[in-house]
Amino acid sequence: MSTLNFLLRTRGRQSLDWTDVLSYAYLVIGLFTMFAPVVWLVMSSFKTEAAISQFPPSFLPYAQKTVMVEGHAKPLPLFLVKREDGSQKEMAQVNRIGIMANMIDPAAPEQRLQVNIRQREPVNEMKFAWNNYTDLFGKFTFGTYLWNSVFITVVATLLTLLINSMAAFALSKYKFKGQKSVFLLIIATLMIPPTIILVPVFLVINEVGLLNSLWGVILPAVATPTGVFLLRQYMLTIPDELIEAARMDHASEWRIYWRIVLPLSAPALAVLAIFSVMWRWNDFLLPLIVLSKNEFFTLQLALNSFQGELNTQWHYLLAMTVITLLPVTLVFAFLQRYITTGIAGAGVK
Amino acid sequence: MSTLELRSLRKQFDQTAVIHGIDLKVEHGEFVVFVGPSGCGKSTLLRMIAGLDLPTDGEVRIDDQRVNEVGAADRGCAMVFQSYALYPHMSVYDNMAFGLENANVPRSEIEKKVQEAANLLRLDPLLQRRPTQLSGGQRQRVAIGRAIVRNPKIFLFDEPLSNLDAELRVSMRNELRELHQRLGATMIYVTHDQVEAMTMADKIVVLRAGLVEQVGTPVDLYEKPCNTFVAGFIGSPRMNFIAVDLVRAAAAWPISPQAVQVGIRPEHWKLCGPGEGLVMVVKTVEYLGAQRLVHAQLSDQSRVEVLVEGEMNLMPGQTVEMNAPAHHVHAFDKQGQRLEKDAV
Repeated sequence: MSTLNFLLRTRGRQSLDWTDVLSYAYLVIGLFTMFAPVVWLVMSSFKTEAAISQFPPSFLPYAQKTVMVEGHAKPLPLFLVKREDGSQKEMAQVNRIGIMANMIDPAAPEQRLQVNIRQREPVNEMKFAWNNYTDLFGKFTFGTYLWNSVFITVVATLLTLLINSMAAFALSKYKFKGQKSVFLLIIATLMIPPTIILVPVFLVINEVGLLNSLWGVILPAVATPTGVFLLRQYMLTIPDELIEAARMDHASEWRIYWRIVLPLSAPALAVLAIFSVMWRWNDFLLPLIVLSKNEFFTLQLALNSFQGELNTQWHYLLAMTVITLLPVTLVFAFLQRYITTGIAGAGVK
Repeated sequence: MSTLELRSLRKQFDQTAVIHGIDLKVEHGEFVVFVGPSGCGKSTLLRMIAGLDLPTDGEVRIDDQRVNEVGAADRGCAMVFQSYALYPHMSVYDNMAFGLENANVPRSEIEKKVQEAANLLRLDPLLQRRPTQLSGGQRQRVAIGRAIVRNPKIFLFDEPLSNLDAELRVSMRNELRELHQRLGATMIYVTHDQVEAMTMADKIVVLRAGLVEQVGTPVDLYEKPCNTFVAGFIGSPRMNFIAVDLVRAAAAWPISPQAVQVGIRPEHWKLCGPGEGLVMVVKTVEYLGAQRLVHAQLSDQSRVEVLVEGEMNLMPGQTVEMNAPAHHVHAFDKQGQRLEKDAV
């Protein structure tokens, strides 16, 4: 109840203030704009191939009803036929030649009727085509693609967090000659567009022998200047006295990093993790140039390969897209909590 | 045995010299207080003793061994920071155990030591809490516990009471004194509050602008301040400084001819008969309960403060005459240095 109260807050007490109207209109439009495509996507992923190509499109997944008739091996599609006397009857269609359809009454299968296709309309029922999803795992090597994507994302994120936090720790808590220059150099690489270094990166990966390997996708982009910058700025807020107290507590530099600085940087690490997961999961360009063998494809590459030159299997494509969306959404929802929890700054007054 | 010796210690940050050459000896088991106004270099000095900063020149010797090159962790010192510097993501137990874990002490021994320290400081019920869930006084005790657990040669305190409210400060002062008596360890304590210095120290080191002004027991500093700075810094309310001409004309104290100023503490003034002392006009009176602080004006328009009994009812505008016993009159020359009574 309190959630509802929160969601339906208004400024005006009894009737709506004009700012309320504006706010809610804006919010509703925004919600619709952002959410409608996703909802449409999910609904369409449950449609059969035929239903997807239907025009005008329907929102809910409808498929034509079928019925088993004696003497026919496969289920026959059901139509509502308008007869000469004006009444309507459900009849099954055996086949169709040109504009005339051969229809039979399911109750009396011997009688055949020739009906003009304009006199009939399909009987639809709501049908969720679960096979769109199950086929992915059965017919195609979808599991492999999923595994590749998950592997790359998880390992790359962990490595990114580790390496970037080490660099940030050194740049924020140690004073050494050239510290500023090193930092500026790292930030300066942000000015280089990735497309320029695409070919050199490919050549290097090739030389090292990491082509067609998941590590070839993971390793080149593990150290990110954005990550270093973000973490460094956050670590600057960790009081130096904590580090000094740890030094006096006999802690080695590694222990200071691992047991003091890293746990206290958790909010910034969570932000970097979200960035990294979202980027790696959706990354298309780097896997495209590194991976050419089918068994190493990530989900994004697989989605791409599903679009054939002449024919696109939309129902599988949509189902795969929905599955591709899910993990990132979950990770984001889970990690968002950590960003809003302030952890450091409470032991020092 | 844990003695400390500083020899010609100097510290320079870039072009600014902060410590100008300090020589000091601290004996085993002494409670030494470094006191001085803000910016006098007392915290810097403490950090150099701890090993967190490197001296530009001079030596730090612990137990007669030069320790300039020895790391902070290996000098055998434990520091209690002004902001306590507790690890906020660890429990109180983990905070205290951290140092021992780093030294690879066996778990059973860690537990024993932490329990001992917790008992000593009444932290037993708080061992599983996080620092964020503790009050200021409790956090401070955890910080002290963290230092005790390491069994250090020298305890270093960097203004530990300055973040506490007045009442808590008084009780913590007492606790620290008792702790010192119980542990018998050498303790070096930095503060800007001269009351803390006077009440807690075995020996006080008064610092100003990177130099030692005077080293002595609280009694020494109170009764024989060596210059006007120390005389004015120690003792509250502040010592009155009166131009010597006024005093020579009024009272019959033996004052050296080189004297330029005379210092008399507010609590040493006594009412006297006419012609025997200094004439002053009462301006305002502050009632403190057991005493009254009287702000008066002398004949040369300079102000003095007089601390009298609470029952003495002096009214503003009243003229009184006061003097002080000769041994409570301090004479200072032109440079502000103390002149002995029998100096010529």
